[in-house]
Formats: sequence, structure tokens, C-alpha cells
Amino acid sequence: MPPDIETVAEQVFVALADPSRRAILAALASGGPATATDLAGQLPITRQGIAKHLALLAEAGLVTAEPGERRRVRYRLQSAPMQVAQQFLAALARDWDGPLDALRDHLSR
Amino acid sequence: MGFPDRIERVVEIAHPPAKVWAALTTAEGLASWFGNEASIDLRPGGSAHMTFGGGHIADMRVERVEEPTVFGYTWHIYGLPDDDPRRTYVEFTLEPVGAGTRLTVVESGFAQLADDAHHKAYDGNTGGWASELAELVEYLDAA
Repeated sequence: MPPDIETVAEQVFVALADPSRRAILAALASGGPATATDLAGQLPITRQGIAKHLALLAEAGLVTAEPGERRRVRYRLQSAPMQVAQQFLAALARDWDGPLDALRDHLSR
Repeated sequence: MGFPDRIERVVEIAHPPAKVWAALTTAEGLASWFGNEASIDLRPGGSAHMTFGGGHIADMRVERVEEPTVFGYTWHIYGLPDDDPRRTYVEFTLEPVGAGTRLTVVESGFAQLADDAHHKAYDGNTGGWASELAELVEYLDAA
């Protein structure tokens, strides 16, 4: 059974609550798949810290492990769970109050 | 706790429905309060667009036109990639109240999630672990 929407959203927000994990996800989003060693070279996080965070992110389905060069495991960002959380944020970010006030002001002029 | 699927607002406007209708459904009206500029082909299936400050563009598809009571359109979900097909539905309902109008706007569809996106994430995860475990086995075999 695929996890339900609430579970996916919770995992995404838990993942994003930590600055190191945000940095890892941002690095994978901007630079593409990378090994733990690549990430440790780019970010101010220890190799062990990277490995620990990648394990949590993989468990949540936010990154997937795949075979890379020289038999190193590469991690790839999975965007689908992010889209679930993004839709939640889209609802919170939608501003109807501003435009409706503007409509009222416009008609009153 | 639920995903907010729908947003609803009601405002009382001291002008008759015909005037509010024009503000909602004409390019001139939309450009005067909603977007910076607008165009609209006012018929079900017609397209409309608005531009906003910062270069943001809203492409809309007109869905319901029942002058002067119901105007509905769909548009792209803000924040999703441009090629994402999911859209929210916006419906304005105009009700005469005395000499004015009660305007209700409902935007729905925020909680929609395409099944394929969901399954992709799940299957991708499973595949990822499978390849990692295969690597582990290879590694152990070689040791």
C-alpha cells in the first residue's frame, strides 16, 4: 500500500524541518544525483551526518539510492512527495482576501 | 486533520450583480483589480489570462458562464511545475442582496493528487532499495 497523503506530507515537513536535510535536498535538487562523499565535499556536514540524514530521507521516500560510478551508491531526489506537500502549501499561500478587497475598492471608486 | 481542499470567502459588495459581473468577467474589469493586464474569451472552454507583478502569468480556462450569477474557471496550481496538469477550480457566485451583491468565491482541488505521482514515489523507493541491496550482496560476495 502506498502511504497516504498525510503520511507523505508529514515526512516531507519533518525532512524539511532540519537545516542539514534542507541543505542535502537543495544540493540534490540543484546538482542532481550525488554520493554521500560528493555531498560531504559540498556541504558543511560530516560524512557520518550526511549518511544519517540520507538514511532518513530514503526511508521517507524523498531520495532513492541507485548504483553510481565505482560501485558507490548515488542518491537521487524524488520530487513526487514534495509535490504533495507543495499542494498543501499552495492552499495556505493562496490569497483571496487581498484581491477581494481590491475588487471592493475598485467598485467603490 | 485534513488537507485543505477548498477555500471559501464571502464578501458583501454595495453594487448590483451586473456591475460585479462585469468586474469578474471582462478583460478591463479583471485588469483593474486582479491582474495587471488580462484577456478573456467568455464562454465555457474559452481561455483567459492575467499577468501579475513579478512576471507571474495565470492561464485560465473558463468553465461556467451563467450571467450574472455563476462564473467558474480552472487554473494551474501555484507552486507546481508549469507542465503539471493539475488545476484548481475557482467559482464565483453572485447573489443580489438588497441593492448590493453577496459574492462567494470557492477555490477547490488543492488536495488532489494524481495516483501515478504517488505510485512513482513508492515504486521508485522500492527500486532504490533493491539496487542498494544488490550492491551490498555484490560487495559481500567480493569480500
